[in-house]
Amino acid sequence: MSNYLLIPFLPLAAFLINILLGRKYLREKAHWVSILAVAGSWVVAVMTLGDVLSGKTLNQDLYTWIVSGSFKVSVGFLIDQLTVVMLIVVTTCSMLIHIYSVGYMHGDNGYYRFFAYLSLFTFCMLMLVMANNFLQLYFGWEGVGLCSYFLIGYYFEKKSASDAGKKAFIVNRFGDFGFGLGVIMIFLTFGTTYYEPVFGQVGGFANQTVNFLGYDVHLMTLIALLLFCGAIGKSAQMPLHVWLPDAMEGPTPVSALIHAATMVTAGVFMVARCNPIFSLSETALMVVALTGAITSLFSATIGLVQNDIKRIIAYSTISQLGYMFLACGVGAYTAGIFHLYTHAFFKALLFLCAGSVMHAMAGELDLQKMGGLKKYMPVTYFTMLLASLSIAGVPGFAGFFSKDEILWMAYSGPSPVGKFVWLIGTIVAFLTAFYSFRLIFLTFHGKFRGTHEQEHHLHESPKVMTIPLVLLCLGAIFSGYVGVPNLIGGIFGIEHSNWVAEFMKPVLGHPEGHGTHSEEWMVMGISVIAGFSGIGLAALFYLIKTDIPVKLAQQFNAIYKVLFNKYYVDELYSFLIVRPTIWISEKVLIGITDAKIIEAIVNGVPKGIGVLSQQLRKVQTGFLQHYAAIMAAGVLIIIALMLLR
Amino acid sequence: MVPLNWYLMLSTVVFMIGVFGFLTRRNIIIMFMSVELMLNGVNISLISFSHFLQDMRGQILVFFIITVAAAEAAIGLAIIIALFRNKTTAHVDEMTEMKG
Repeated sequence: MSNYLLIPFLPLAAFLINILLGRKYLREKAHWVSILAVAGSWVVAVMTLGDVLSGKTLNQDLYTWIVSGSFKVSVGFLIDQLTVVMLIVVTTCSMLIHIYSVGYMHGDNGYYRFFAYLSLFTFCMLMLVMANNFLQLYFGWEGVGLCSYFLIGYYFEKKSASDAGKKAFIVNRFGDFGFGLGVIMIFLTFGTTYYEPVFGQVGGFANQTVNFLGYDVHLMTLIALLLFCGAIGKSAQMPLHVWLPDAMEGPTPVSALIHAATMVTAGVFMVARCNPIFSLSETALMVVALTGAITSLFSATIGLVQNDIKRIIAYSTISQLGYMFLACGVGAYTAGIFHLYTHAFFKALLFLCAGSVMHAMAGELDLQKMGGLKKYMPVTYFTMLLASLSIAGVPGFAGFFSKDEILWMAYSGPSPVGKFVWLIGTIVAFLTAFYSFRLIFLTFHGKFRGTHEQEHHLHESPKVMTIPLVLLCLGAIFSGYVGVPNLIGGIFGIEHSNWVAEFMKPVLGHPEGHGTHSEEWMVMGISVIAGFSGIGLAALFYLIKTDIPVKLAQQFNAIYKVLFNKYYVDELYSFLIVRPTIWISEKVLIGITDAKIIEAIVNGVPKGIGVLSQQLRKVQTGFLQHYAAIMAAGVLIIIALMLLR
Repeated sequence: MVPLNWYLMLSTVVFMIGVFGFLTRRNIIIMFMSVELMLNGVNISLISFSHFLQDMRGQILVFFIITVAAAEAAIGLAIIIALFRNKTTAHVDEMTEMKG
């Protein structure tokens, strides 16, 4: 137990040290504290993986947090197969991103603050994944939300950055509200917030209904959907995805951290963790699968036409998260977590490469102004190319194995919407390959389209930045080999080559697919063809006939505009929510409540007292006799009262 | 023997003269003397009760009152002299600094 405690609490200690001593004493050395702490966490996480592999799991309370009647919550840790996968993902990515930040943030004024928040972020995420009860999960959940606010708004002097921070926080609030209600429902139903008794008793409530706003609702569906609300917010699914692209205002390592290791994966993790609840409700699963599929398609199409390098990657994250929910929704939680794990590597890598490009381009983000960077920054180019191959699902790379697993599970699984989401998933695989390679070709190939000064400034990033890239690249290539489909493993005579599915079985179960080998080959073949044709099309559009995209954009101007403006979702929200809120705030809250009610009370009371005292002061005549007469009269009255009594 | 009531009436009359004087006269020294009259009115009733109830506590109290009255006279006169030096008058209606 005690050494597991190091995993979350080392980053917490680093946060405290940096935030208290950073500004005065550590300054440019602040990274040492954070990096050593997260490296320590990583080492312990790897040891924990060893323990779990040898069959040791743990569920233990550390400290009683709240006791109130029958309500008891502890800070406790649950170490099982799911937790340990998340621990590896979080600590590995976080560690490499920490190292990368040394180069990226070099010379920044808030250096110590940046590292302090990174550590706090890591701590919150680790608390989230290691929780053994819903309330601690909620603590971590809110903690990562808070840290994302700090870090997205890191350049708070910039209005757009502080706005983006607020947006992330407020949009998340919508989802978290549902999540909070879900946790309350769980407590009301089960009388406890611990995972173990909740998941143990869940079967007994399978057919229970509850009256909700006058309708009889299936209890498990209600709980699952409320919990899923939180996941929608945190994992940026439709319709609460709007915060994630704006989160690009933060420094690039933060984007990498949010997208790969901490924050957005929390939603998928939570759904996988609560799989006993979700599995009992077909409706909830269907909602999860469809939300995932639609989000995935929707954001992939936006990604096609964006020009901001980081935004494209952000939309690709939303799209891939949609994939993970799609997997959870068809009951293939293992596939979802497997994709989360491979995605973490290549997505962190893509972001860090984008950061490296930005570094070379002096902060330029527009793809139109790049091009031909290949020869200036070979390491960045190759690592980013490999990451893109991985995300495009090219066979042999990590992304291929996890994506294929999801598509096959969707196709063959028992879910009623399985075939439909499989179709969408395949289309998205094509789109993903297309926009990923559009990004690569526009950035690294062709001629440089920026200014002369920018071209002069181009350079490969320092070693402290490229080494994490190379390490993550290894993950982006090889991390998938723990989950090679049994079909392929069989060819090489390896039994149970889909080792990760076996490993996760105790926690997540394993749905049996109903499909023949030939069908599985077909699904795999289609997704591979989709991936390659996406790459091919991107090559055609952006390498060979570069005039096609422009013509297409002109011909389908309406569609292009809608996509380029992200389906006008931001504008819609601004019209439906933001502006009415501001209107109500200004007209009603400021204009009436504040000006007419609160100010009336605040100003009225002293004014009333003033008027009253204007009258009262007349009593004070200053004539001695008046006072004496009143005194005498008083005495007489008292005597009279006493006599009359 | 003179009955108790007579003493009490005398006491009341003396006290009321004091009150009346205090409320009606404007000269500060006369008012001061009226206060002394009130004190002595009270003293008379205390002494008479003390006598009729055969209890010495009333007389002890009277000694205290006389002492206090002496002290009060000393201080009061000093204040009046100080006032007179400032205002060159002993008329209370001219002293309205406490007017609100």
